[in-house]
Amino acid sequence: MQMPIPNADLLANKAQIVARLREVLPRDAVIDDPAETRAYECDALSAYRCQPLAVILPRSTAEVSAALKLLHELGVPVVPRGAGTSLAGGSMPQADSVVLGLARMNGVLETDYDNRFIRVQAGRTNLSVTGAVESDGWFYAPDPSSQLACAISGNIAMNSGGAHCLKYGVTTNNLLGVTMVSMAGEVVEIGGAYLDSGGLDLLGLICGSEGQLGVVTEATLKILPKPEGARPVLIGFSSNEIAGACVADIIRAGILPVAIEFMDRPCIRATEAFCHAGYPDCEALLIVECEGSGAEIDEQIGMIRQIATRHDPVEFREAGSADEAARIWLGRKSAFGAMGQINDYMCLDGTIPVNELPFVLRRIGELSKEFGLDVANVFHAGDGNMHPLILYNANEAGQQELCEQLGAEILKLCVEVGGCLTGEHGVGIEKRDLMTVQFAPADLEAQLRVKDVFDPKWLLNPAKVFPLSVTESRRVS
Amino acid sequence: MRVESETQLAEAVRDASGALVIRGGGTRPVGRCVGEALEVAISGISLYEPSALTMVVGAGTPLAEVEAALAAEGQRLPFEPGDWGKVLGTPGHSTIGGVVAANVSGPRRVQAGACRDSLIGVRFVDGRGDVIKNGGRVMKNVTGYDLAKLMAGSWGTLGVLSEVAFKLLPAAPTQATVIVDMPAGAAQVALATALGSPFDVSGAGWVPGVGAVVRVEGLAQSVQYRADKLATLLAPFGTVRIEQDGSGAIWAKLRDLTPFVGKPGDLWRLSVKPSETADIIARLGGEVMLDWGGGLIWALLAEGVDARALAAPYSGHATLMRGSRADIFQPEPAPVAKISAGLRAQFDPRGILNPGRMS
Repeated sequence: MQMPIPNADLLANKAQIVARLREVLPRDAVIDDPAETRAYECDALSAYRCQPLAVILPRSTAEVSAALKLLHELGVPVVPRGAGTSLAGGSMPQADSVVLGLARMNGVLETDYDNRFIRVQAGRTNLSVTGAVESDGWFYAPDPSSQLACAISGNIAMNSGGAHCLKYGVTTNNLLGVTMVSMAGEVVEIGGAYLDSGGLDLLGLICGSEGQLGVVTEATLKILPKPEGARPVLIGFSSNEIAGACVADIIRAGILPVAIEFMDRPCIRATEAFCHAGYPDCEALLIVECEGSGAEIDEQIGMIRQIATRHDPVEFREAGSADEAARIWLGRKSAFGAMGQINDYMCLDGTIPVNELPFVLRRIGELSKEFGLDVANVFHAGDGNMHPLILYNANEAGQQELCEQLGAEILKLCVEVGGCLTGEHGVGIEKRDLMTVQFAPADLEAQLRVKDVFDPKWLLNPAKVFPLSVTESRRVS
Repeated sequence: MRVESETQLAEAVRDASGALVIRGGGTRPVGRCVGEALEVAISGISLYEPSALTMVVGAGTPLAEVEAALAAEGQRLPFEPGDWGKVLGTPGHSTIGGVVAANVSGPRRVQAGACRDSLIGVRFVDGRGDVIKNGGRVMKNVTGYDLAKLMAGSWGTLGVLSEVAFKLLPAAPTQATVIVDMPAGAAQVALATALGSPFDVSGAGWVPGVGAVVRVEGLAQSVQYRADKLATLLAPFGTVRIEQDGSGAIWAKLRDLTPFVGKPGDLWRLSVKPSETADIIARLGGEVMLDWGGGLIWALLAEGVDARALAAPYSGHATLMRGSRADIFQPEPAPVAKISAGLRAQFDPRGILNPGRMS
């Protein structure tokens, strides 16, 4: 993966930069020993690594502001980092950068059920936001698979989704306000415990900007009362096409489940071998979850059963207890781990129009044969957000490159049918060079101009999101 | 000037020598409008996939046409945009581009989000005359910066919309409204109780002559069940009844502000922290309607008064929708104002798109 040529002056001045950081931050907040900074050399896209100059771990917005002000003055690039779970390399350092980690900013600042929000420090993990309110019957809706580990700051940077966003939306739909520090160190309050913006929607712009416009240190998040109950059904089918058609019919019938998840045969087989969830041995399966009271769920599942029956399912399994519900979800939730056990894999994240599902799955199968690499599919079918997992052997010469080529072909296919490169993981470094497939030069230029406003010196996470050739003149000047 | 295609629109902006007033149906003339009128008549639904819950439509398409096409397939815009034509005294027909430019969201905002939350893609012409696209036609998309949200609610000051794309929802077959007989000043606590329940409330407001109102929508059995539960939950707040046949009409009143139509005075719209609402409306005086669980206050006040000074302190923002004061939009704190000015300078370097409209 190509990264910008590090600034030799910055590399040479490492000791001085670290010393200056220690003047504005507590001693234990600045890490420069390479043995310790090694822990920050990559994120969950672990194929790519790079040691930063230093890592800083501030404890407050004021400390973030002081550090950024200094680094801005010194012209040092900054790579913000939540929990380092990005699958796109969003928090991968560059050699002449300082990593700004938010892990120590994990507190709850305010919980307000009357106004239905929680305000947290942005380094707090996603699941522990729900953890702070669930005993009172509330939850925070976006639920990325990494929710045990991933931080709210990273969720905001990537506009993360999850299995249940078909009903509840993604991060941007559940974010009410942020405290953000600009690269120059200025603290900006945007939004708050009220709806919509009185001026331009800067909150919507910041969410999903991959840490390139500012460092979010605190967030006001919408919380929701927990539904009375939830119940999944598992439906097995004899082909991907039929499963895809069933998804379309469910949506068309006016039912909006909270989740519709899809797994194909390679994925079903691997997860069965891994966790023995008891899934049927079939070509494709759907997990559909409905919420409400017992009677409401019965009504919805009754309709889903009618629709599914028209598609001649191999199996229709309704959870009769909490234990059966957990078993239905077990395989889906173990899918990535199961694939990881048998192979190295690359996880894609393109979104397609839902009605293109059968065609795209067939075409992925053909591409898989052409490249000689297996592809397993597990994804959010209700909203068309696909997660093809390309299996390869990283120890075999040339396989990683081949895998990346196949990945690029699949993502181009997603764009061709009217979709996009990434539905919830972000562009990072991983899909940076494919941006020109989806966007014309004027489209990209408009985005670059936004960064010019927030970060005129192009110091915040500058090597991400856009092809390096497109940003070069801005980064170098 | 009237344009019927994106090419014509780009030309018109490129060739403009002075300020342009961007216009869809002309039903929401909020804010300063000085310059040559540019009417966007790029009309027509270019793509509608009911099974994918998505629609792509020309910005100048009448809202009524969009809603009719959706209704024919049993679907709807999730955010329930209102028609302000009657209350603002403007003839003409609201366009979908105008709805997006003003980020118009009705009662269902509390459940389904704002217009900007359903907006999944835009095409627009910036102040240079360049055509720019952002987002697309799929429900989940984090590819690059989200300029679609930036365009929503930018009142034509950053670019002129030519095409917009939405995610949609199935229309609910049934609805019911739980009505609590109580004054506006007390309503917020009851509304918060309803919104804090697991009964999936799709509207929570206060309407003059009706009372506090809470809506549920969905399948018939489920609506009945939840309405009964809410009625029990809200009984301590006042006399409760459940309205079924007349439910839709109540929400149309709130959405289109019909109780204020034809009445004199300045019309203010305040988006605030709901728990502050009771104090704010007591300080404001005048007639009010409440939406979004009390977080949205529509207030009819004496001409020329400064609602912001009266309402203070409040967290949120106030906009003068109809009236003669010059400070129409909420003044922004300096760091935010600096960013907004920077964005306007980038998207519209000549300052010709609705200049000063959001001030």
